[in-house]
Amino acid sequence: MSTVDGLVSDVNLADEAAAEGRRARWARRYGAKAGWSGWLFALPALVMYAVFALYPILTSIQYSFYDWNGIGRAKWVGFDNYVEVFTDPRLLGSIWHAFFLIIFFTIFPILIGLLVASVVREIRSKVLTATARTIMFLPYIIPGAAAAIAWTWMYTPNGAVNQLLSAIGLESWTRAWLGDFTWALPAVGFIGTWILTGLCTLLLLSGIGKIDATLYEAAALDGAGRWKQFRTVTLPGLKSEIGVCVTITVIAALASFDVVFMSTQGGPGRATMVPGVEVYQLGFTESRIGTASALAIVLALLILVVVIPLQRLFRED
Amino acid sequence: MIARIRDSGPKTVLLVLACLFALFPLMSMLSAALAQQGTIPVGISIPTDPQWHNFVDAWNAANITTLAWSALLLVLGVVPASLLFATMAGYALGGLKIPLGTPFFLLLLLGLTLPFEAVLVPLYYQMQSMGLLNTRIGFILPMIGLNMPFAVFWMRTHFQSIPKEISESASIDGAGPLSNFRHIQIPLAIPAMASLSVLLFLGTWNQFMLAIVLIQDPDKRTMAGALQAFVGEHQTDVVLLNAGALLIMAPVIVVFVIFQRFFSRALLAGAVKG
Repeated sequence: MSTVDGLVSDVNLADEAAAEGRRARWARRYGAKAGWSGWLFALPALVMYAVFALYPILTSIQYSFYDWNGIGRAKWVGFDNYVEVFTDPRLLGSIWHAFFLIIFFTIFPILIGLLVASVVREIRSKVLTATARTIMFLPYIIPGAAAAIAWTWMYTPNGAVNQLLSAIGLESWTRAWLGDFTWALPAVGFIGTWILTGLCTLLLLSGIGKIDATLYEAAALDGAGRWKQFRTVTLPGLKSEIGVCVTITVIAALASFDVVFMSTQGGPGRATMVPGVEVYQLGFTESRIGTASALAIVLALLILVVVIPLQRLFRED
Repeated sequence: MIARIRDSGPKTVLLVLACLFALFPLMSMLSAALAQQGTIPVGISIPTDPQWHNFVDAWNAANITTLAWSALLLVLGVVPASLLFATMAGYALGGLKIPLGTPFFLLLLLGLTLPFEAVLVPLYYQMQSMGLLNTRIGFILPMIGLNMPFAVFWMRTHFQSIPKEISESASIDGAGPLSNFRHIQIPLAIPAMASLSVLLFLGTWNQFMLAIVLIQDPDKRTMAGALQAFVGEHQTDVVLLNAGALLIMAPVIVVFVIFQRFFSRALLAGAVKG
């Protein structure tokens, strides 16, 4: 018996040694350390990314140093286009509008989302939860251009917004919202609030579900009221979800295009002009490719400069 | 029982309010879309004599059959290829850990927050010089390239979570990396790939900026891009405009409602990872 046992274990050992050898060879050939051949898997992605993303970015940077109308000869102008972006009140104004939109794209959706999520927290009815989730996602999944059409109609003098205001006795507030120099930008911003509130609410709800219920019980035992529970348990527990909401919505605000393009095209005058629409107009309507490219590069950098610190701020410790 | 109802009362009210807020603009559109053609509807109202045939007229005016087909072709061009390339690259970066993978990954990360505005103008001239302006392929190729940062990031995260032992045991059975990828890694990656394809579908179907810049013919655009031309033609006809816009956004709503659990999961996970 013992010889057989010994034999079996020897065989096993030999097998394992052989397997170990194969494993090492395989690792050498394809695996962890060596394996340039693994690049064959990465190559299609790299090529597509390089040709249709990296190359256009580099071209954009190149264009931004020239004065070019898209057809004739391009003239090297150094940093003039960038100077223009930061000094021309028209271009600077569009950047300022993009930051102003953060109030409507980021702050409102997150505040509303926090309110709804912390009150609702756990809804027992499965049907209600599922229905609510479907409905609250709708504004986010329809094309932004379609949302703009819906709201453009609501903002007309005959539209539902003025009808609602009249119904609650605020006739004096009614106006043609998108034609009003003061109110057009907040009105456009509010379309962003509508699009992003559901997403933020659902993200925060899913985050709040992960907070340990005993934390609330402990806080209640310590005599913490609703507001204190919200500050000491809910807010810290939602740190990473709030970070996600902030990142997504800030990018949506700074890079906004669809909604503004379809609702106001930047008007009336330049009251709702944002960098995205400005790049489009400079590039395709006014044929000022250099200025358009400089503004586009500044926009891309601004987003990086704003988003990277936000990522750090909300990173979980 | 009564305590339970009382407990859920304010919650229910708030949730219903949130839902009404989300639905209100769509109801306003529907109310206008059902009004008598040629009249100017006022605000939101329950139509006494709903003109359902407005949708038939809008269907023909907006050329919905052609548009839906065109958008579908674009989705079929963008989504499977993006999915395949991203899965392969994700495997190379997260599973095989190829040399110089980290610099490649950092390069991709740069593209993660890239606004399409930054490539809009040069892409137009690039497509022009490639002779691809106003063609579907001239929209599909850039979309695949611009999808890569997020899609590869997504699949890399998945492959990092797969234990190394799985590929190693495959190697003992004599499987090379290709067969390992096809027969072992892909089946395990199906859930991650499914969620990613949902996000890619939405991103393509709803793509507006690239569609209006790269494709002049509205009949070759995405549904979202076609809206721009439709609005241009029917700006003054509030009834037809709303009916058409509802039809144009209907497919994505229908697909969403059918696959809603799936979409919710993908959208929430997509947001967190993005």
